[in-house]
Amino acid sequence: MKHVYGWLLLTPAAILLVGFTHYPAAATLFDSLFSTGTGVRPSRFVGLANYAALTDDPIFWQVLGNNAWFALGTIPSSMAIAMLMAIWVNDRLPGRALARMAYFTPTVLPMIAVANLWLFFYTPQIGLLDQIGALFGAASHNWLGDPDTVLACTMVMVIWKEAGFFMIFYLAALQSLPPELEEAAKIEGASRWYFFRRVTFPLLMPTTLFVMVNATINSFKLVDHLFILTKGGPDNASSLLLYYIYQVAFSFFDTSYASTLTVVLLVLLASLAVVQFQLVERRVHYR
Amino acid sequence: MRPLLALLLAGLLAAAAPARADTELTFYYPIAVGGPLTKVIDGLARDFEKEHPGIKVNPIYAGNYDDARIKALAALKAGQPAQISVLYSIDLYELLEQGVILPWDDVATAADEKAWLKAFYPSLMMNGIYKGKVYGIPFQRSTIVMYWNKDAFKEAGLDPDKAPANWNEMAQMAAKLVKKDARGNVQRWGVMVPSTGYPYWMFQAFARQNGHDLMNPEGNRTNYGHPDVIAALQYWRDLGAKHKVMPQGTVEWGTLRQEFTEGKTAMMWHTTGNLTAVKNTAKFPFGVAMLPASKQRGSPTGGGNFYLFKKTTPEERKASLAFVKWMTTPERAADWSIATGYVAVRPEAYETPKLKEYAAGFPQAVVARDQFKYATAELATFQTGRVRKLLDDAIQAALTGQKTPAAALKAAQGEAERLLKPYR
Repeated sequence: MKHVYGWLLLTPAAILLVGFTHYPAAATLFDSLFSTGTGVRPSRFVGLANYAALTDDPIFWQVLGNNAWFALGTIPSSMAIAMLMAIWVNDRLPGRALARMAYFTPTVLPMIAVANLWLFFYTPQIGLLDQIGALFGAASHNWLGDPDTVLACTMVMVIWKEAGFFMIFYLAALQSLPPELEEAAKIEGASRWYFFRRVTFPLLMPTTLFVMVNATINSFKLVDHLFILTKGGPDNASSLLLYYIYQVAFSFFDTSYASTLTVVLLVLLASLAVVQFQLVERRVHYR
Repeated sequence: MRPLLALLLAGLLAAAAPARADTELTFYYPIAVGGPLTKVIDGLARDFEKEHPGIKVNPIYAGNYDDARIKALAALKAGQPAQISVLYSIDLYELLEQGVILPWDDVATAADEKAWLKAFYPSLMMNGIYKGKVYGIPFQRSTIVMYWNKDAFKEAGLDPDKAPANWNEMAQMAAKLVKKDARGNVQRWGVMVPSTGYPYWMFQAFARQNGHDLMNPEGNRTNYGHPDVIAALQYWRDLGAKHKVMPQGTVEWGTLRQEFTEGKTAMMWHTTGNLTAVKNTAKFPFGVAMLPASKQRGSPTGGGNFYLFKKTTPEERKASLAFVKWMTTPERAADWSIATGYVAVRPEAYETPKLKEYAAGFPQAVVARDQFKYATAELATFQTGRVRKLLDDAIQAALTGQKTPAAALKAAQGEAERLLKPYR
């Protein structure tokens, strides 16, 4: 009787988990082994043909590369900025609530609104960036129209948006640090930098791991801005894996190939998470 | 007390409505230009209901053209009713392949209804007809026109009432219109042609002007690699790279209207669908002209058509026909054109007193109509999403200097061949 009760308690969560996580993942894997059916041509089993097509798809490799750069460019910097901001607004300073608010505001805004704002920052000539540049005599630059700058532009915007969100986690962690540590360090005459390096930073490691996992996932998950800013262009220079999946699924209506790409994304994210938890966790906790 | 009463009344009305055995029409529609157009559409639906008791119309705004197609198809798959929709004219082949649409010929069987199918501009029907049957009724349709800033022309010593008529003139006049500050930084560009969002559409104009269409009417062959087509892309690239009258790299579709109304470019190519928005925001006199010619003039048409879905009852089909016929009467077409700048879809609309009067005070409004005789169908093929993206990528690669126009277009043509072979 006892185990029935236990299962009953588990059921609501299990249904949600199976229905919205495990079943879709399995169905995606299944779909990736079939061709896309249309009203005229029904779908049929094709084995690994979709995966073979994937290795030959130059756009897939390009968006994968873009995504790697995007992750490298956004994760460490947004985390570092988040930590800095958190330490700063954790101190007693005038207008602390206002400063915290200001840092957190970008997180509250929807990404589509943010992208619309930044679209006008980056617009050549009439954009904010170029107007400021013009004060110093800089020539106008076509920020989003140049394949060399477009990805960096989207990264800056994402860092701006993400850092405030991660700051909240660091701020919470900082508030839970026992104040005795700081007092003890002061009595011992430790410098601020030494205290940060040897006490604060190591104690924040669990938070850092958590933030890093989230930042990694976000760097693959955040593509809303592309719809407004660039549509992945010019010539796929700013396209990311998930945006490409969207295009394949809803603009090309090739659901099988989209499933194949989704499987790749799933495997990629799952393995990244495993690596992060397994390898990094050993060195996370302060001893 | 008041709100409660209103609520009660609304409840009663809602309960009473199905009892009258109304035919309900749900239709999805997209908006791709500026202005409060959802209000206009809702208003039109209410007016229709007043004149046709027994038919209820629920217009559902569904985002841009891509979103609208996705939402309509998803609704159909989920078994939710949608009887008609305004979708991209170039979605025709996709909708055919999905097997979800019916030709209007099947329902328009009476003599006056058959005549109605022939009432529209022929160039607007090119994207709506497959194997002799009409699948798309033109509704919010546009072409590309050139807008020019008359003040800038005066300042540069050009005739403010004369737009460039051909490619050479455009490059030369644009060169005169470029304004630089003391440091040599550009303050105003000569001309801008947008190359994000819908690059293939703009490029169709260049290619057509240079004598070529980019696909065949059956939608199973493309013509990206022809030398004249390559030359057309070379000219577009040269405007930025050689003549230096347009910014290098891509030009953003979404902000171009502001750049023009802020005076940052003296000329722009843009959809007629933006005409009313430009009229309302530009603080300088501006002109609208047909696009310049190379071997000939030319512009693709674009925009949305009414489609009729297969999963409908005979009553719903009849009601749909009545509604779409009503929406495309000359008077409505004139109203819609005035509200948006989209072209009125049939010649009689330009004979209505309203539109005549409007055009007399604002002659820019009829340029698109006059350009129809040079117009061509918008790029649409089987596998249209992929085939179009190949061209988009090739254009952007050439404009940003990543590839030469010849290399980019030939590669795109090779890929398109591979995709389209099964459809021949």
